[in-house]
Amino acid sequence: MDTDALLQVKDLYTWFELRRWGFARVGYVRAVDGVSFELYPGETVAVVGESGSGKSTLAKTILGLYRPTRGEIYFAGKPVHQMKAAGLKEYRAKVGYVQQDPFGALPPFMNVRRILEEPLIVHGVRDRVEREQRIHRALEDVKLVPVEDYLSKFPHQLSGGQQQRLVIARAILLEPRMIVADEPVSMLDVSVRVEILELLRKIQQEYNLGIIYITHDLSTVRHFSHRILVMYGGKVVERARARDLVRNPQHPYTQALLAALSDPRAENAHTLKPVPPGEPPSLLNPPPGCRFHPRCPVRIEGLCEREAPPEVETPQGAGHKALCWLYHERGEKKEEVAM
Amino acid sequence: MNSVLKRWAEIRRYPSAIAGMMIILALVALSVYTVFAIPYRQAIQLWRGGENLWIENPRNAAPAWFNLFPGINLPTTMVIESQGSPERKAALDLDGLKEVRIELPVSFTFDGFPKEISLFLSARYQTADPYITATWITPDGREIVLADQSIKREASIRLSQDTRLERRLRGLSAEIGLFADPNRQGEPVPLKGEYRLVVDALLFAPGDDLDAKLVVYGQLHGLAGTDHRRRDLTIPLLWGAPIALAFGFLAAIGSTLSTMIIAAAGVWWGRWVDALIQRITEVNLILPVLPILIMVGTMYSRSIWVILNVVILLGIFSGGIKTYRAIFLQVKESPYIEAARAYGASSLRIIFRYMIPRVAPILVPQFVALIPSYVFLEATLAVLGLGDPILPTWGKVLDDAYTNGAIYRGYFYWVLLPSALLITTGLGFSMVGFALDRIFNPRLRGL
Ligand SMILES: Nc1ncnc2c1ncn2[C@@H]1O[C@H](COP(=O)(O)OP(=O)(O)OP(=O)(O)O)[C@@H](O)[C@H]1O
Ligand SMILES: [Mg+2]
Repeated sequence: MDTDALLQVKDLYTWFELRRWGFARVGYVRAVDGVSFELYPGETVAVVGESGSGKSTLAKTILGLYRPTRGEIYFAGKPVHQMKAAGLKEYRAKVGYVQQDPFGALPPFMNVRRILEEPLIVHGVRDRVEREQRIHRALEDVKLVPVEDYLSKFPHQLSGGQQQRLVIARAILLEPRMIVADEPVSMLDVSVRVEILELLRKIQQEYNLGIIYITHDLSTVRHFSHRILVMYGGKVVERARARDLVRNPQHPYTQALLAALSDPRAENAHTLKPVPPGEPPSLLNPPPGCRFHPRCPVRIEGLCEREAPPEVETPQGAGHKALCWLYHERGEKKEEVAM
Repeated sequence: MNSVLKRWAEIRRYPSAIAGMMIILALVALSVYTVFAIPYRQAIQLWRGGENLWIENPRNAAPAWFNLFPGINLPTTMVIESQGSPERKAALDLDGLKEVRIELPVSFTFDGFPKEISLFLSARYQTADPYITATWITPDGREIVLADQSIKREASIRLSQDTRLERRLRGLSAEIGLFADPNRQGEPVPLKGEYRLVVDALLFAPGDDLDAKLVVYGQLHGLAGTDHRRRDLTIPLLWGAPIALAFGFLAAIGSTLSTMIIAAAGVWWGRWVDALIQRITEVNLILPVLPILIMVGTMYSRSIWVILNVVILLGIFSGGIKTYRAIFLQVKESPYIEAARAYGASSLRIIFRYMIPRVAPILVPQFVALIPSYVFLEATLAVLGLGDPILPTWGKVLDDAYTNGAIYRGYFYWVLLPSALLITTGLGFSMVGFALDRIFNPRLRGL
């Protein structure tokens, strides 16, 4: 086991049981289907992928909001997947959560002070003065200053950017070591997105936080993350250092994603384009073999639709890996045969 | 704060809501006044103390303000006594004996006869019983002897029940015969004018004394009239307000809150908890409330607090649970609840601090509209004879009126006053409830 890692996810599966009429089991939605990765202190790992690829499910499983079906999660060496209520509560103080919709993430009937008091009360900070101090510090950290102007405001009286700052303040209030940010800026105005991401980075540097940054936004992801995981149909199909992945995508899916992004005709270059052609895979009845093969322009007949590819090191090296037969010796041989 | 002000501005656009609010405010003011003016103990004592407390009240008299209607001029109760009016009493010492003459003037100017007439005498004496003669002198100078007897210390001479006197008055009972115009044939007609009652007493020691009190019971009495036990109906009508409001409010808040908590818990924990709650609700929905309450009332206790608890208990698993459930299912999925879970808030904290506060304001209109239905339920139980045996309530008055045949004996006031209060209460809350509903619910406020 990697002892330096802040978070270690090993072969994680989160399947949702699908029932008809409340009892007849129809099958499982394989939202997260065998994901492994590590996160180190001070590092940002970005998770990208199209809608429904299981990014949020992965995040929530890591946060302990869903129980993993199988697999292991270690946080600072402790097994999260085995934690009972008390351990889980302790763990939750060490992990902050930033959601996509800042307004929805804030209870509309509480004011800023109350919102920030809640986690402190939950974690037994009895002393009012201490609570007040910590609230002040958190609000200063997210630049909601002067603090006094904000304390008695309600979420609907704040702008979207301010709301998200408040959400971040709440996430760092308990002095966590890791933050899970699930599309933290996708619902914000374009003008404040970079601001919020910069803020997250600043806070990360100040407190040496590990950040899991889930995003659709491929255009900024390399500036705000160290490593990138590309998810497709519940699996990580490619992983690499941020710059390597954007410059030299290896998996056909990633290549398609980035091609769509750099398309000059794209009116809206920062959003993810559908990958042509075809639909995202059904998670209930995933296609046999490689999940991407029905849409893959370079699939190897007789192999890709039969056998699921293993994760292999690509020729790029430096930990640049892809879940693709193309970079496997069996795939290479087949290709030769086909030619 | 801001949003409260905004709501208030919206409410003001509905005149009916304003009217309803004024009714509610008036009822609350009335309740507060009542509770302070007639403390609970005193009210209970007056309500349950028996007829001696109300001896100077007529039975089944209509409210005195009936006389304000044109063409109505009915007698109200007159109490004329010697005590405190020395000019009405003359004493004469006859060595060892004492003669006392009391003259009580009765000014009678009404178009109707009194309900009843009684003479109360109280004597203070050493040994021998005083001997009295009471004479009725009409405006036209006739003298009618009403009593000629020796008396004990306290004597009540119920003239209206004296059958020998009735015979002497040609078959008319005292309250009619004494006031009837002798020159008219057929239906007796009152003779207006100044009457006098003269009591001549012979006392057997110089220190002895005697006082007389004549009560001419009116057909009208007090603000609200009286019932069959001479009780002044202002007591139950006034006290009915705080009891009705308290019962309605407590029952509504008790059942709404507990329903909300149960619904939230079911939604939060889901699975068998939710299923169990749903099944209990379905069973409870087909259980009829009234028969259960009647059963509790007849077999266990009619105390309003017992009934209140049963009502709340039966209200918990009411149809409302389905509505709340639908709303909570939506609330449960809110990201802020997920966030709360992520920072470790417990299930109970989430239910009470995150789910219920979100939904509670939306249910205010329903809550307001629910209050009168409980007020009516209390009245219904009382009319069925299952009202609280101690408390004076509107329903209790209706029950008394009903069992005493108020309607067919023409005592409409007895039924109409409590009914009017009940209807006004219902109307007030409903009008406010409807307006609130229109303000709160068109969009369900971003839920
Ligand atoms: N609680 C659940 N029960 C059943 N299925 C679920 C549940 N949560 C998610 N899913 C399914 O799991 C799959 C992955 O969902 P997830 O929300 O993780 O995707 P995502 O990558 O975050 O997508 P998006 O970019 O739209 O947020 C989807 O098909 C979704 O329908
Ligand atoms: Mg998502």
